[in-house]
Amino acid sequence: MKLITAVIKPHRLDEVKDALQAFGVHGLTVTEASGYGRQRGHTEVYRGAEYTVDLVPKVRIEILVDDEDAEQLIDVVVKAARTGKIGDGKVWSVPVETAVRVRTGERGPDAL
Amino acid sequence: MPDGFSAGDTAFVFICAALVMLMTPGLAFFYGGMVRVKSTLNMLVMSFISLAIVTVLWVLYGYTLAFGPDAGAGLIGNLDYLGMRGIDLNALTGTIPVTGFAAFQLMFAIITPALISGAIADRAKFAAWSLFVALWVTIVYFPVAHWVFFFDGGNGGWLGDRNGVIDFAGGTAVHINAGAAGLALALVLGKRIGFKKDPMRPHSLPLVMLGSGLLWFGWFGFNAGSALAANGVAGMAFVNTQVATAAAVLGWLAYEKIRHGAFTTLGAASGAVAGLVAITPACGSVSPLGSIAIGLIAGALCAAAISLKYRFGFDDSLDVVGVHLVGGVVGSLLIGLFATGHVGQTASGLFYGGGLEQLGKQALGVVVVLVYSFVLSWLLGQAIQKTIGFRVAEDVEVSGIDQAEHAESAYDFTAVGASLARTQAAPVAVPAEKTEVDAR
Repeated sequence: MKLITAVIKPHRLDEVKDALQAFGVHGLTVTEASGYGRQRGHTEVYRGAEYTVDLVPKVRIEILVDDEDAEQLIDVVVKAARTGKIGDGKVWSVPVETAVRVRTGERGPDAL
Repeated sequence: MPDGFSAGDTAFVFICAALVMLMTPGLAFFYGGMVRVKSTLNMLVMSFISLAIVTVLWVLYGYTLAFGPDAGAGLIGNLDYLGMRGIDLNALTGTIPVTGFAAFQLMFAIITPALISGAIADRAKFAAWSLFVALWVTIVYFPVAHWVFFFDGGNGGWLGDRNGVIDFAGGTAVHINAGAAGLALALVLGKRIGFKKDPMRPHSLPLVMLGSGLLWFGWFGFNAGSALAANGVAGMAFVNTQVATAAAVLGWLAYEKIRHGAFTTLGAASGAVAGLVAITPACGSVSPLGSIAIGLIAGALCAAAISLKYRFGFDDSLDVVGVHLVGGVVGSLLIGLFATGHVGQTASGLFYGGGLEQLGKQALGVVVVLVYSFVLSWLLGQAIQKTIGFRVAEDVEVSGIDQAEHAESAYDFTAVGASLARTQAAPVAVPAEKTEVDAR
């Protein structure tokens, strides 16, 4: 199993969700996040004082998938999240040892 | 009621007094939105406590010191009305009951020290602040109100009645007074930890807009009500208030756009307050066209003045100096140029054939109040700092003054914490104080 994590622009969440649904993903976790990449943040002005806001709002999506689906799923997320502008985000995957469905106790791929 | 009583004037002034009262909570929101989340409540309650303290002192001795018969040389009122006793139910100030006038003037006395609190946001002990408010109104506000606002046919206050300084609704007595005190306290308390390094962005601009809107609304009572009658002068003061404020919003935003490239919300709100401040002394002596000029000048100048604190390195947290001191000075001096001679007051300014005489008088008023307020406020601040301490401990300031001084926080977004508290409280009914202590 793999855990796929995507940090994307908040306004792309709906597109990514729809794309994941079309691909057949049954569940995902979404968290509000903030951070920056190469673009850094933006500047705000309050009464003449300029503040650099480094951390910009992002959404973090986590999905557990079977190994064979992982690569394809990453492509699906990347395609749906891309706007072509700076700050689109990142997607990565890591191996997962085990997963358990809390309600039934099922383990491994059955739990997904 | 006795001869000379006017029910219309009386009704008008009572409504105006209530409008001015609303300015203090309005100010609390204006300031409260500008500070960081961790000290929101402290900012709100620093204004609110002024409503409580000044009201009580006003009855005890404030009214008689400010508006009792002059005790000599126009410097202070005598003690005839100590405890507000001996005021006949039917006694009149002009055409309204003395009680109505006293209530109206009380609201001015309340908001003036509240204005100062913006200069020392995030770092003052609440008890020290409360003590400062009580002492400051006693030795600074009540005498200055007597100098400027007490008229008694040439035997009243020395600035207004005896020397012809025009201050229709409080440019010197309220705004320069508070602005100079704010500067003094900002110097006594010193800079906030992280000043010029940490971002100290306003935590809620909607609160700032709400507060400035309430201030603008209440200010009609402040300015029009200062005619003390529902008459043509009140009407002109009302119009001038609206016009100058609108122009000041435009002035501030134009400056900001040219200088920093954006029209900010905080700038619009601040511009409104700057315009209101500047027109306050002038609204009874200028025309609506003069008001546009005063508003534009005040808006742009105050927007420029707020950068002074970065240049000179004093931490006037919420720009009491830039908005109230500078705005008050601009408005008071411009009377010397724009007074038409036929609104409420007969003196004319330079542009209306009056020469430089009135400008000189206005400058006297500005300098006297500025220096008096600055010096006494600095001494008072130092005295409090050296005795009970004015500034909170460093760790309190960093973690937020709300918890340490008030045992509360402005916002609670922790859903998990709330459900934990419920399950804890369910089996036995724990007294509220107990859970609070446990939670800490």
